[in-house]
Formats: sequence, structure tokens, C-alpha cells
Amino acid sequence: MYNWTNLALETARLRGASYADVRVMHQRQRDLTTKNGKVGTLAQSESIGLGIRVLANGAWGFASTDRLTREAVASCAAQAVAIAKASASAKRHDVVMVDEQAHIDSWQSPFRKDPFEIPLETQLSLLLAADAEMRRVKGVTLTETDMQFRKTDSWFASSIGSRIHQRKVTSGCGIAATSFKNEEIQKRSYPNSFGGQHALQGYELIESVDLVKNAAMIAEEAVALHSAVQCPEKKGTLILGGSQLGLQIHESVGHPIELDRVLGEEANFAGTSFLTLDQVNRLKYASEIVNVVADARLEHGQGLGTFAYDDEGVPAQRTDIIEAGQFRGYLSNRETAHLIGLKRSSGTMRTEGWNRLPIIRMTNVSLLPGNWDFDDLIQSTDDGILMETNRSWSIDDRRYQFQFSTEIGWEIKGGKKIRMLKNPSYSGITTEFWNSCDAICNAEHWTLWGTPNCGKGQPMQTMGTGHGASPSRFRNVHIGAAFADQ
Amino acid sequence: MKASAKTHARRETSEVAGPIELLRERDLQQIIEAVLRLAKKIGVPETEVHVDEAADALTRFANNAIHQNVAEHGLTVSVRTVLDGRTARATTNRIDEDSLRNAIEGSLSLAASQPKNPLLLSMPGPQKYSRVNRFVKQTAAVTPEDRALAVRRACDLAIKRGQVAAGIFATGQSQSAIGNSRGLFAAYRETHGEFSITMQEKPAASWAKANSADVRNFDPQKLAARASEKAHLAVQARELPAGRYTVILEPAAVLDLVGFLFYDFAATALQDKRSCLNERMGKQLFGKNISIYDDAYHPLQLGAPFDGEGMPRQKVQLVDGGVPKNLVYSRSSAKIAGKKPTGHGFMLPNEYGEAPMNLVFSGGKSSPEEMIGSTDRGLLVTRLWYIREVDPYEKIMTGMTRDGLFLVEKGRVVSAVRNFRFNQSLLEMLRNVELMGPAVRATGEEAFEMVVPAMKVREFHFSEVTKF
Repeated sequence: MYNWTNLALETARLRGASYADVRVMHQRQRDLTTKNGKVGTLAQSESIGLGIRVLANGAWGFASTDRLTREAVASCAAQAVAIAKASASAKRHDVVMVDEQAHIDSWQSPFRKDPFEIPLETQLSLLLAADAEMRRVKGVTLTETDMQFRKTDSWFASSIGSRIHQRKVTSGCGIAATSFKNEEIQKRSYPNSFGGQHALQGYELIESVDLVKNAAMIAEEAVALHSAVQCPEKKGTLILGGSQLGLQIHESVGHPIELDRVLGEEANFAGTSFLTLDQVNRLKYASEIVNVVADARLEHGQGLGTFAYDDEGVPAQRTDIIEAGQFRGYLSNRETAHLIGLKRSSGTMRTEGWNRLPIIRMTNVSLLPGNWDFDDLIQSTDDGILMETNRSWSIDDRRYQFQFSTEIGWEIKGGKKIRMLKNPSYSGITTEFWNSCDAICNAEHWTLWGTPNCGKGQPMQTMGTGHGASPSRFRNVHIGAAFADQ
Repeated sequence: MKASAKTHARRETSEVAGPIELLRERDLQQIIEAVLRLAKKIGVPETEVHVDEAADALTRFANNAIHQNVAEHGLTVSVRTVLDGRTARATTNRIDEDSLRNAIEGSLSLAASQPKNPLLLSMPGPQKYSRVNRFVKQTAAVTPEDRALAVRRACDLAIKRGQVAAGIFATGQSQSAIGNSRGLFAAYRETHGEFSITMQEKPAASWAKANSADVRNFDPQKLAARASEKAHLAVQARELPAGRYTVILEPAAVLDLVGFLFYDFAATALQDKRSCLNERMGKQLFGKNISIYDDAYHPLQLGAPFDGEGMPRQKVQLVDGGVPKNLVYSRSSAKIAGKKPTGHGFMLPNEYGEAPMNLVFSGGKSSPEEMIGSTDRGLLVTRLWYIREVDPYEKIMTGMTRDGLFLVEKGRVVSAVRNFRFNQSLLEMLRNVELMGPAVRATGEEAFEMVVPAMKVREFHFSEVTKF
């Protein structure tokens, strides 16, 4: 593959590019779903192509092709340079990039069982067994299961001399039971909603979550929700389960720290950020017990944001985002790092595929574990609501005012879960919310959750991100606004 | 393969970057026929082939300069096989003979791995289609220089007015063809152009966007001027308390809300009991002034006149005078319901069945001035953002206002207002529509483009206010 990257780089240089990087990517995926005991989607796909990003006349151009021939690759590189020169006609200043070393390396994400080598019959029979367990529960009107596997090889080369091959394998699975009764739809999902849990792992992930064992429980909860009490509207104590907290981190910490948003580059679509450049090392983002990092290294775990190098050829790193409640840093790339006084990119440029431009993305943005045991957390809560498994999420374009709802809630009185609540929701202002955090569960309860569907950029790119979290408690939160006055 | 060799020769003759020429329809047909021949040789009983090709370019700007500028070209071949009541799909973007054979065998292997589905239908035979002409050569011919020029003019306007511009100018062309072993063949091509701009004047911003098959149908400079004027008006925003307000929703705001209804009109969604129309068909669910069609042939629509199985799309009246009357059907859901397919099925296999993709609201005759002039106290909404479903049966949606929210008092726009969060049932909203403008091709960020009007709606529920 490096023959193609070399040809593209050389063509770009001859056409006048001062810098170029190229990615050849081969992506394979398999998707399986069932619905009501029958196979739904059963599909596989592969895609291979080359994308080249060039700097010419101080401005960027990008082009991609799905044809790996000498003529097509050279034409693609020439097109990228022509586009860059057009960009230069509407530039305000020349692009400046911080230095990076050339890297020559090859890396493969660790997995024990290649999901593409597991017989399809095995995978389908597991999904159908979980589906059957949910359908056993009276009152369930729709059952759904899914598995997704991805294997991506990328060959990166740049004009500074880097040559990096990476192979990443990801797996994901989930199940959901829905019940329609008395003009109400209730749903429960496991191990997470919107497709379940996803990680940079092999088939061992699927085996570890034990879909069949948990199927009956979530089906029973979906039906029981019809009889549950409506979550009240009030200001009060909120405990979030790990997966919901993972999404809270994603929306109210992960996105606002993207430096391209902060600098206005996403203003037309994804929005900007309340974390203006004057906030770093000044803003008290959260309470003193809150520590958040962005960590793409394998040491942090096998998340959807784990890799060896980003798609700009910068090694994976850990960046402190919130340290003992203080806001410390952003996600940057080689173009933006110098604007916040850094001499090196934090390594967060990622692309969905060969036909997309790398942009700043979350890696694994995680809340580090605290000291609490989960049972102790519940027992020490006199009056509160535990909310689990996301149902909806929404936040303004500066990542400040949010509202989430979850599939299920539990009322806590006198240190005990006393009854189920339906239609729970909570809302707030990002910094007020994080400053109200007074308890975080310990590493035993910490999971690196995968968000496989983060959308950003134009043309839109979907990216997987990781979010480590353990159940945590927040005080004086606005609960139940979504259903108030309906 | 012959078709592949021709493809390469035509696309790779020059290293000079210019508009890419898509394959001819007969090239697509040759690829499909080649796959069908290979599949027959392998012994596949039934085979369906989709070929999709797209050449798109997008110039993106922010801080009054182009910061991203991309172009892509891709072609995929997707093969579905049927084997004794079992079906599966394999897709590749490699069109050499070995890769196509691998796709056929991959699809067969997936199909063979599953239990038999007694409800799986045989593939349809040849169909008749109405022609639609949505390929505009002037759109296909737009160059990076053309887009850069329009962007530069928009940015110059921003600089002149002390504002900051961000947005996109995208153009592209795409085509799809489908064929199967029972002799069905259909092909469609279109062009698309889109200009979107956000003008920022601290601490405010406003926005304008247009989308069409023909780039001559919108003027980037007029869009830039509109966003610029509204951004300036929005600078001094006052805070109002949350509560229920009369709202005048511009078409983009209407689109991004009602777009969430389209899945509910799928017959499969009712069969699965996940539609808000379960137990509500034939009832007065919306106001009598609400009528909705799905019409792929409407002059303001884009999209192919056939569905994922190659069935011709029908015009369907979904809502008549506020009463949900009809659903859309794939072949499978039609068979279960004892109805005729309407040509709205997704590519098989899938679990969602079908959906109307070309919604057209009947609209009204009120101008924006009439809507504002008739409002004693209300809010004018430019755009909504991050809309998500809170309750699937009452269709309660949450989201934020964005890029220009204005107070209307005694028939006049009097000031800008800080942004609100809303929690609003779409069913209730469509019962509370007081006035509508003519339906236009609207474009937002949450739903795909549809033909919808501006709406004046009473008692729209804003639940919380934000800080800007």
C-alpha cells in the first residue's frame, strides 16, 4: 500500500504542495440484527480507497478516490492540490503546524477472538436466544438484538517521512425490549441503549456481556414501567448509572473541549463552545473530586477512542481535561496546538474513512474513578433518584444547557431503592451540574463505555468514542422537566 | 470485466482536476448484468444488484476564510442473494471480477447461516417508472474556484459588517441503479447543491441555508445578507421566562420538528407497535388544516422514483384534514397487511421496512408579515437544534432554539430573546397551527429536506432558558 501513498505524496509535491499526508484504508464490517425472533439485517461490506490532504499556497485541500491505480491516485493527488489552491483564494493567513517527528511503525489492537472468524451461525444463534428470552415475558410487544463488527487497516504516510500501519478491530452488541400498552411505549435496553456496548475488542466482548442472561430482566422491566409512578418534577439529588454518565461526559465535557469548536471552525453546524480560550486554568469546571482525562493510550483501556497514532501521525497521548475540578486542557491537532501555547498536538485527529478529512475528535474522554462503593452510595442517600440507560439527549450549540432522559429511574428514600419511576429526566447548566458532584464510585464499578455514533463535520462523519465512568451522585439537580406541563 | 475497464479509461485520462463525469446508465447496467451472470454461474437462485456512484465536493469556511475543502468519488456494488427462503447482502467498492464474485459468495454464505424465513418474498419482476429529471449540468459543472468565489464574497460581506462568517458550499452528483435476476432494472441520477451560512456578531449569530438540484435556484449572497441582518438584530437579547408562547416557526424550524414523524407512517412501525399512530389511524389527531402527502414527484423534491427493491414510488396521502388516512408499505409489510406496496421499502434485508422519504405538507397562504402582524405577543423562531424524542407515543420532542429568536409584540418584531429549551408534543403542535405559509423546499440539520410551510402555532412549550 505504501506504493500508493508514495505516488500520492510525490505527485502532490510536484504539483506544489508544501505538506501532504495520505491514508489508504481498508474497512470491513459485519452487521447482524434480529427482530421479534426473526433475522433482520444480515450484511457485510468492505471498502478500500485513498484520501490525501495537502497544504498548498498556505491552505488545505483534500481529495479521495476508490480506485487504486497509478492514474487514479495521481489524479486524486493533483485534484487535492488544485482544491488547496482554490482554498488559498479565500484565506486570511497561512496554516501553521507544530512540529512532529516522523514515525515508522505497525500496530494492531489486541483481541482474543477475531469476530470475523466466529461462525455466523454462532453469532445469530446467540442473538436469537436472547430475543427468545425477551419474548417469553408477557406484555413485550417488540424485541430487538444486534451485533456489529469492524476491522480497519490503515496505512498512513506523510511528507515528513512517517509510515504507520494500524489494524483496529471493534465489536459491539445489545438487546432491547419494548412494550406498548395503554397508549404508552416503554423500552429497556442492555447493556446500553442505541446498539449496546462497543469496544476495541474482539468477540470476547460479546461473550463478556452475557446477553441471554440479562434478556428476561430487561423485558420484565419494560413491562413493569407501565405500572410505575411518573418521575416527579423537583430539584433534588440525582445518581447516574455508568452508561448514562458516559453520555453526559460525552456531551458536556467531550464536545466543548474540541479546539476546532472553540475556535469557531464548527460554528455553522455542530456549534461552538462555552470554553473560550481564557477559561483554561481559570474555570472551576467541576467539584474537587472530579478528574477527567482524554486518553487514547492502550493503558487506559480498549475503548473506541484507543489507538497507537491519530490520523495525522501523532502518537496516542493522555491529556488532563479536568484536574481536581479545574479546567486544564483541550483536544488539539497540529494546526491548532500552537494557539493554546502547546508545542505538540494532543493527537486527536481522526477520520471515519479513506474518503473523509481527519478532524479533531474525542478519544477516550473519561471520568476517573472515585472512592465510593455503589451500595454505600445508595445507603448514604436519604432522598434521591437513580437514573439508568439513556433514552434521549440534547444540549445547546455552546454545550451549556442540557436535558437527558433515561429509560428507567428508581426512587431512593432512607438509603434504599424503594420503587421504580417511569419517564425520568434531568436538565441543567454544564458547569453548575459538574460542580454539584459529591460522590463517584470506585474502579470496581468503572466501565469504559463506547459511543459508536458520534456525528461531527461536514460532510458528516460518524466516529466511535470511549467514556470511562462509574455511578456518581449530583446534588440540587432539576429533575423531571421533560414531562412537566405536558 | 468490460464495464470496469471502460470505467477506468474514462475516469483516469487526465491528471487535471475538473468535474468528474459519472458513468453512463448503460455502464451501470453492464456492471449489474455482469454480477447477475456471475451469480447465475455460481448457481444462485435469485440475485439483486445495486450500483451507487457519487462525486461530491464541499467547501467549508469559518472565521471568514476557507478552512476545509474536500472532494470525493466513490462507487459501490451491493449484492443480495436469496437461497431457499433466506437472504443477505454483501457490499464492495471494488469492481474487478474477483471482488464481485467474493461479494456474491459472501452474501450467499451469510444467507445460508440463518434459519429459513417463510415470509420472505420472491424478487419483483420488471416495473414501469415515471421519469424525473433532477440532473442539472450547471450544478455538476461547479468547480472549487466557483465555490471559493462565492465564499469569498460572503466573507467579504461579513468583514465589511464587522461579523464572522462560517458555513459550507457543497455541490455534487450521484446515481443509483438496481437490477435483479427476474429482469427488473431501474436507474436514477441527480445533482445537488447546498449553501449554508452562519453570521456571528458577538454574542449573537444567525443562519440561512438553501438546497436544490439546481445551484441557480439559490443565491449565496442573498443568504449571506439575510443571515447578516438577522445576526445584527439578535445582538441585544433579553431574557424571558420559560412558558407557553405563540411561535412563528420558519420553514427550517418546522422541517426539523415534523421530520421526526416520518417513520411513524411506516406500516412496519405500526405492526411493531412503535408508531405514534398505533390505535390512532382514522381519528382526528391533528388540526383540520393539516394535510400531508408523500410525493417523490413533487417539483421541489429530490430522490429516486423507486424504492430499495425497485418498486415504483406512489404518491400517498398520509393525512387528510388532520386525520391519518394511509401508511406506506414495502412489499413485505403490504403482504402482511393485505395491501398493495407503495414503493417505500428500504433495501433488504432490514428490520425497519419502509418510510415516506418525500413528505409534502399542503401549507397555506399567509406571508411571514401576516403571521407577525397578526401576533399580539409571540416568538419568531429561525432554527431549532439538537432535537430528540422524549416520548415516542405522545411524540414529545426536546431541543433548543438557535441562531435568532425574536420577540413579537403587537404585530412587530421588537427585540431578540435568549434561547429556550422546548419540550413539545408534535401531535399537540399540529393541533395548534393557526396560520401557514406556502410550502417550500426546506432544509435544516435534523431531518432530510422536505416541502413544508412556515407555521404560526399557539401554546408552544418552552421549558427552560439558557444563558445566551
